[in-house]
Amino acid sequence: MSGRAALRDDVTPALGKVQTDLPVLMPMAANLSRDAIRGGGVRLQLRLWHGAVLLLALALVLGVAEAAEGGKASPWAILLRWMPFLLWGQEGHWQGFSLNIIISFLAMLLGTVAGGILGLMQISLLAPVRKGSWIVTQFFRNSPWLVLLFTIMFLLPFEIRIGDLIIPIPDWVKAVIGFSLPVMANISEVVRGAVISLPLGQWESAESLAFTRFQTMRMVILPQCIKRMIPPWMNWYAILAMATPLCSIMGVEESVTLTRQAMSSEGGNPALLAPFYIFLLVIFFMYIYPIARWTVRLEKKYAVKE
Amino acid sequence: MAWDESQPMVSIKDVHKSFGDLEVLKGVSLDVKKREVICIIGPSGSGKSTLIRCVNALNPINSGSITVEGQEVHDPDLNKLELRKKVGMVFQQYNLFPHKTAIENVMMAPIHVLKEDKEEVQDRAYKLIKKVRLEGKENSYPGELSGGQQQRVAIARSLAMRPDVMLFDEVTAALDPETVKEVLNTIQELAEDGMTCILVTHEMGFARELADHIYFTDRGIIVEHGPPKTFFDDAKDPRTKEFLSQIL
Repeated sequence: MSGRAALRDDVTPALGKVQTDLPVLMPMAANLSRDAIRGGGVRLQLRLWHGAVLLLALALVLGVAEAAEGGKASPWAILLRWMPFLLWGQEGHWQGFSLNIIISFLAMLLGTVAGGILGLMQISLLAPVRKGSWIVTQFFRNSPWLVLLFTIMFLLPFEIRIGDLIIPIPDWVKAVIGFSLPVMANISEVVRGAVISLPLGQWESAESLAFTRFQTMRMVILPQCIKRMIPPWMNWYAILAMATPLCSIMGVEESVTLTRQAMSSEGGNPALLAPFYIFLLVIFFMYIYPIARWTVRLEKKYAVKE
Repeated sequence: MAWDESQPMVSIKDVHKSFGDLEVLKGVSLDVKKREVICIIGPSGSGKSTLIRCVNALNPINSGSITVEGQEVHDPDLNKLELRKKVGMVFQQYNLFPHKTAIENVMMAPIHVLKEDKEEVQDRAYKLIKKVRLEGKENSYPGELSGGQQQRVAIARSLAMRPDVMLFDEVTAALDPETVKEVLNTIQELAEDGMTCILVTHEMGFARELADHIYFTDRGIIVEHGPPKTFFDDAKDPRTKEFLSQIL
């Protein structure tokens, strides 16, 4: 009963309204919307038992791997032994999956601050500010994340010297900066979109009450926008968190890098590939899926209130 | 102040206004004296709303002149904020701030724009809410109020700025018939208190009863105007006659 109710619950508010910011997904979103209107429940809601199925798959793969090993060294045991390392890295270091989270937090923070400013510049009354910020936004929004990451990695020095002071810039800091750029551009669009989605009457009534533009923005427009911005903002966080393994290519010691290290120190045994990577998938999924669910719930909540 | 009260409070002279290629106002002139109530009526698209939106500089004009208390509204050096403190405006869609309660809506501008004392403003706001007969709704959010109630909050919000003249832009057009009356009553009381009012309206009965002068606009010009009795009973222009026969 609860499954059915949940399914219906999940589809109804989405009627005709499966939204996406990503150009490549737009045709698909349109199809999904159509399906939702027809009553076909496309947007399945994952339940606890789905997670159980995933874990079962992991166990199965491990079992197969173990059989292939002839029962000598259990991949389960090997994976279990490496798990703390994959999650936290070496003792006293922030590595592994915890580094993925740290990078995602900091990149989101940086991207949100910069994107908020850039987004407000996009609605400036001064044409050069507006156009300049539009170009910056479009440029970073439509560039591949990996290429941006490479560019930042090679553009930034590994240390900065100010007189005698040497400030090192570790690779993970460069990754934070690299990831914050596309986040900034997308948040900039979120801000601009939220502001222009408000009815013009809000501006006009504030104007006719003799509010200055700055007061209108601060007291009337932005407070109403924050609510609208939270769901897309969380969505971008989820996308960012999923993208963080990209920086393993630069040798940043996050979870994928450590997984490869772990496997090679086990002698590069191919039987370990599947279990180790599936483990990674499971922990990323367990971290990101609740965020996605929460986003959907907030979207629903704010959609009703408007 | 340079303005002499025997002069019109609002004076509109030969105003032209275009949106792109579309000329919406083709030379409109009218005067409003202090304490006068005028109604602008006419078919939709005839430029009525555009005209009153030009009075508080929400829309710029192409040529002509609009003065409020002797000050040219479209003087580039004019401080629009000073003008708007004197001119209140109420919109068809109420445009209340949905994230603020009724009383907060009323209090915001006097506190932040006029920089008045909060206690004093609060006092006045409660009186205004009472005046528009919404006692007990002070802490409701606009979303919890009916259209008519929201519109009365919007009127109170505008009055809180103590304007010299009020502009009403089809303020009952979006309301349910049964709530129209409560809003009209509020405006009537305001007019009886001596507020100078410019109304764009489709409420003919109301216009007839309340207005000192009626202007009929069609396709960007004022076709005919006069005191309500002459206007409604003795219209001269065929366009006015046709409009009145359709609407009455």
